[in-house]
Amino acid sequence: MVAILEVRDLVKRYPGLTAVDGVSFAVEQGTCFGLLGPNGAGKTTTIEVLEGITAPTAGQVLFQGEPLGPRFRAAAGIQFQTTALQDFLTVREHLALFSRLYPRTLPLDELVQLCALGELLERDARKLSGGQRQRLLLAIALVNDPDVLFLDEPTTGLDPQARRNLWALVESIRGRGKTVLLTTHYMEEAYTLCDDIAIMDHGRIIARGSPGQLLAEHFSDVVLELPRAALQRLPEPFPWTVLAAGERVEILTDDVAATLRRLLAADIPLAGVQVRPRTLEDLFLELTGRELRA
Amino acid sequence: MRRVLAVVHARNLEFLRDRSALAWNLVLPMALVLGLAWVFSGPERPLFKVAVVAAASPGVPAHPFLATEHVDFYAPVSREDAITKLSRHQTDLVVDLAAEPPSYWVNTQSGKGYVLERLLAVAAGEPLQRHTVEGREIRYVDWVVPGILGMNIMFSGLFGVGYVLVRYRKTGYLKRLRATPLSAFEFLLAQVLSRLLLIVSVSCLVFAGTNVLLRFPMRGSYLSLLLLAALGAASMISLGLLVAARVDSEELAGGLLNLLSWPMMIVSGVWFSLEGAHPFIQIAAQLSPLTHLLVAARAVMLDGADLTAIAWHLAVLAIMSATFLALGAASFRWSRS
Repeated sequence: MVAILEVRDLVKRYPGLTAVDGVSFAVEQGTCFGLLGPNGAGKTTTIEVLEGITAPTAGQVLFQGEPLGPRFRAAAGIQFQTTALQDFLTVREHLALFSRLYPRTLPLDELVQLCALGELLERDARKLSGGQRQRLLLAIALVNDPDVLFLDEPTTGLDPQARRNLWALVESIRGRGKTVLLTTHYMEEAYTLCDDIAIMDHGRIIARGSPGQLLAEHFSDVVLELPRAALQRLPEPFPWTVLAAGERVEILTDDVAATLRRLLAADIPLAGVQVRPRTLEDLFLELTGRELRA
Repeated sequence: MRRVLAVVHARNLEFLRDRSALAWNLVLPMALVLGLAWVFSGPERPLFKVAVVAAASPGVPAHPFLATEHVDFYAPVSREDAITKLSRHQTDLVVDLAAEPPSYWVNTQSGKGYVLERLLAVAAGEPLQRHTVEGREIRYVDWVVPGILGMNIMFSGLFGVGYVLVRYRKTGYLKRLRATPLSAFEFLLAQVLSRLLLIVSVSCLVFAGTNVLLRFPMRGSYLSLLLLAALGAASMISLGLLVAARVDSEELAGGLLNLLSWPMMIVSGVWFSLEGAHPFIQIAAQLSPLTHLLVAARAVMLDGADLTAIAWHLAVLAIMSATFLALGAASFRWSRS
């Protein structure tokens, strides 16, 4: 596969803070690359350097083998974490404005259909709901029919339905052969959308691979969940790791049958027991040692 | 009430912690008061103004009329200039003792000229040859209209784009535009053109509307005045863009724009002629685009000056516009610091 974006030894320092500390990776054409990490991990700084918005302190970013320049600007679509738009313009006027800034654009009808903006075209952009606004911002990012699309936490603050609608949109964009570079707090989002993931913490990449690869590399066990009341009755010694998780208890085990036998032997009722595979969220917590914060 | 006070407290903290805005809010009013006091301080204005082209010449003794109290005897740029001012009632009498024969000029339509002529007649001394000129008085309103139109252009140019640019930067809209192929120069130029169209249109409407009511003179070409207004507006807009090129605090931008606009309004002669003012003010006035706009506008409207006559002012305004825009584009920042 051909790398559409390549990052080499990227460093970004601010006074008293190293936000990105020697990051290198490549994003292959036509894939969805996910950059995950808690707040302050350096993912937004990294993506802004990749977008050409922030200058790096050291290192290099290459787009199709060349340093970022006018060709990249014309070929990149960007949706920032937060973006204000001009006041008093309708959705149609915003799309028309941004269309005029690029040499190559998608036809308006196609863009409107892709982002489901048909009924909103004449509406003042200030009067859009959170999900509608994100769809408009995505449409603006797609207005130039980009080769690479940057999405910085595109579903933060959206309700579950709006989030899933946006995922469907991103899937459909990927279906058009576009490369997507995504940052997110949501592990489910990364698992659903991304082919390739880099987990960042303290400005460094601490894990890299496809969601399946990462889980296979780090976990051979599964999670057995019980109501929290079972915690008092667990026999001693208990050979598997036990974690308290709210109203439930998680047992990390690589032998479900043996674990269940041990619980039965201790007379712990198995009503309410759930077995689930390990998730990216488990991996994240294990690697970063802290909870995800939205 | 508790909620109101809580918001007042929070806003006070925000203001006090924004040191740049705090500094401007303290420094600017003080600078304005001191500046105005300096410009308008000095002895009381005399009752009459007499242009003395030459106070003496070989063989002609000093004329006792020139010792009259409460009359401002001043040296004009030239006799022709003094006579022009006399015809407009901006000077009350012109005396030239080096003329052959020694002479004075009086505007027969001026009440002050009549009084001064009577004083001259009773003063002992060599009789002077009488010359008369005629001319309608340039009313204060005729003189001040270009000033007010120019001031409107200044405020609209400076604040209309300066504040907007800072707000765009603050909300992240500029950052979004940066992600497109749009260059800083293109963006700034677009702002200049958009505002220019607005300012020129509004100025034309205000000009036409006020002219219906005031019937002020328009002796020059409307096309010259339009070109002048466009260049004057371009220079003000470019200056506003330069000020806002890097700032991301609306209060700091407001302070800086006030710091520019108020002194310009004072030294450029919007309300009062600064003829005879301190040389420093005369020099400072030349650095203000508003001065060039007003001097040229008055020349077109009151004297019927053509493009050649105001070419210097047009050139200065064009150079200022280009320089401010280039500096603004070079120092422009898309995102907040």
